[in-house]
Amino acid sequence: METIYLDHAATAPMDQRVVEAMTPVMMDVFGNPSSVHSFGRKARRYLDEARRTMAKSIQASEKEIVFTNGGTEADNLALIGVAQANKDKGNHIITTAQEHHAVLHTAEYLEQQGFDITYLPVDETGSVNIDDLKEALTDETILVSVMYVNNETGMIQPVEAIGNLLKDHQAYFHTDAVQAFGMLAIDVEKFGIDLLTVSSHKINGPKGNGFLYVSNGVNIEALQFGGEQERKRRPGTENVPGIVGFQKAVELMMTDREQRKQTYGDYKEQFMKQLSENGVTYEVNGVLEHSIAPIANLSFPGANVELLLTNFDLDGIAASSGSACTAGSIEPSHVLSAMYGDNDERTTNSIRFSFGAFNTHENVIEAASRVAKIVKRLTD
Amino acid sequence: MMKDKQDTRVVVGMSGGVDSSVAALLLKEEGYDVVGIFMKNWDDTDENGVCTATDDYDDVVRVCNQLGIPYFAVNFEKQYWDKVFTYFLDEYKRGRTPNPDVMCNKEIKFKAFLEHAMSLGADYLATGHYAQVRENNGNYEMLRGADDNKDQTYFLNQLTEDVLAKVMFPLGDLNKSEVREIAREHDLVTATKKDSTGICFIGERNFKEFLSDYLPAQPGLMKTLEGVEKGRHDGLMYYTIGQRQGLGIGGSGEPWFVVGKNLDENVLYVGQGFDNNQLYSDSLVASEINWINNTPHQPFSCTAKFRYRQKDSAVNVTNMENGKVHVEFAEKQRAITPGQAVVFYDGDVCLGGGTIDDVIKDKDYLDYVG
Repeated sequence: METIYLDHAATAPMDQRVVEAMTPVMMDVFGNPSSVHSFGRKARRYLDEARRTMAKSIQASEKEIVFTNGGTEADNLALIGVAQANKDKGNHIITTAQEHHAVLHTAEYLEQQGFDITYLPVDETGSVNIDDLKEALTDETILVSVMYVNNETGMIQPVEAIGNLLKDHQAYFHTDAVQAFGMLAIDVEKFGIDLLTVSSHKINGPKGNGFLYVSNGVNIEALQFGGEQERKRRPGTENVPGIVGFQKAVELMMTDREQRKQTYGDYKEQFMKQLSENGVTYEVNGVLEHSIAPIANLSFPGANVELLLTNFDLDGIAASSGSACTAGSIEPSHVLSAMYGDNDERTTNSIRFSFGAFNTHENVIEAASRVAKIVKRLTD
Repeated sequence: MMKDKQDTRVVVGMSGGVDSSVAALLLKEEGYDVVGIFMKNWDDTDENGVCTATDDYDDVVRVCNQLGIPYFAVNFEKQYWDKVFTYFLDEYKRGRTPNPDVMCNKEIKFKAFLEHAMSLGADYLATGHYAQVRENNGNYEMLRGADDNKDQTYFLNQLTEDVLAKVMFPLGDLNKSEVREIAREHDLVTATKKDSTGICFIGERNFKEFLSDYLPAQPGLMKTLEGVEKGRHDGLMYYTIGQRQGLGIGGSGEPWFVVGKNLDENVLYVGQGFDNNQLYSDSLVASEINWINNTPHQPFSCTAKFRYRQKDSAVNVTNMENGKVHVEFAEKQRAITPGQAVVFYDGDVCLGGGTIDDVIKDKDYLDYVG
């Protein structure tokens, strides 16, 4: 049985060209970029070039890119680093109820450290409201962290409006752009973004790589100590082959972004159409027109996440839900809870399908017909 | 029509222990389409956010990866609370000694979990219990496990024939030592893992402390049946019939034992001597009777167990009008305890069982037992 991957928002397969870019570096470039000899300089050149690509991809400058081991670390650095460095200016931080756990759990940690955190609500469309933010802002606010695109629903947040609003406020603006980066053109300058998180493996790059954009002049502390790497903001010898792969993935993404949007959007449409034609009842969580192309979060009335996902997997379909169910502990999706309330059944009957490089028109159709069969069997 | 083994899906309930690990291994080796599922029935997350279920699940994951089978988890916390734990507390409130494992098998493992397995397209559900299923002309009988010391049919007495038709017990014909040996031979990560002891949701914790989190303890007097005060008890729910430990009655002579309870007056009855006559009875009444196969023509003779790991005793069973049965013992029995199961056997075949309600001696209901 052909296994079909519909979970690209969790992680995406590496592009062959990324592997090809990394391989020679792993074979021949072993120097430490900080070393002051030819081996070190050779590695350093790769690093500098990658940094330039990263900067260009979001209209930033090279010195504003801090390589990390991924999105979670970048989010931690943004929140904790800014909070610690700016506590003389205030102790209030604003984020949202639907952030990725990398932000949400970090905010909870800061709360324990004495910071005052406001979690903005999310409306039924899965979006934060700019007026709520206006209301929440105080003279004490030092940081606002709102994700660019929600990872469960794919809903695009009003980032530009938030950036605009904060231009006249002391608070820095951080956005987790892990899901947005591969699908939306980002201009940090224009959008008023001070800190921005990007991850490599979501855009077909290697795992273990990401960066935090830190705008010039942002006051931030490091979370770890050691060497001078990343201008002391993230000490530790750089993962050069990984960063080179990440760079290749970014380059490919920049060239192909519009094409990918089109293709993945087609897959999503095709998939949902196929479900409907097979007589499956479902509802879209969020608003299709405001979501990024690859993500469809669908609610299947009368079904339950555990049974759906297990059956999907036994039938070779890989998808996921926001509800974490490691070791059998069901935590209803905090994102859908934020949108619809804790007791809405959508929090326990919804699946996220995310399309990408693994897919073809054929396997999307095949997946939809398998999914339809299972949903009908479980809800009849 | 029998399906090929490779097309026969068997869902194995895996706890992260050696028994269910080996059950999965044996089925996989036989060529079945094996799926491992971890059941989470109880949330024991402590104040540090640590939960033993996470470690157990981790063991399930590692074993399944060793075997190359898919693994999943399912949560029955709500069902367990409603069907098993509520019953457990209610029985203690009534002064009885419940058997949550019997209830868990009846309501969770072989009902909710079985349904779950079936909705995953399973043909069979397998567990690591020490018991055997035998097909006999289209009837499914449950036999004792081959390992006398591990036989678990006592806990499975509420299973029905239609359930047994869908169940496999791969360890049924093995001894525990053989199971450990198989696990070692295959280098399973659970090969030397300690067996879990006690009631699953209490685990290694102090039983008294656990119970006091849920039921208010009402200390009261300890008396002999003749009315002589012998001290104080911590709450009737902490004691079971025949218990010696924790009474704290000093003095000379033979040790003291719990012989009964008076719920209305909150008095614990005690008696001196292991073989105290007050601990003995000659028959009992049981309810919640389940006959696994056909209801035997009554009255009839068979053997019975009144506690887990007890030797069988000869009994005579008679139907009563209210759906209960009267069980007469060939020889007097010590410390028959209301709330515990009475389980019937014909040779190695487990016939079924029920819950002990009343204890009788010389045609008198022993009200003091509970």
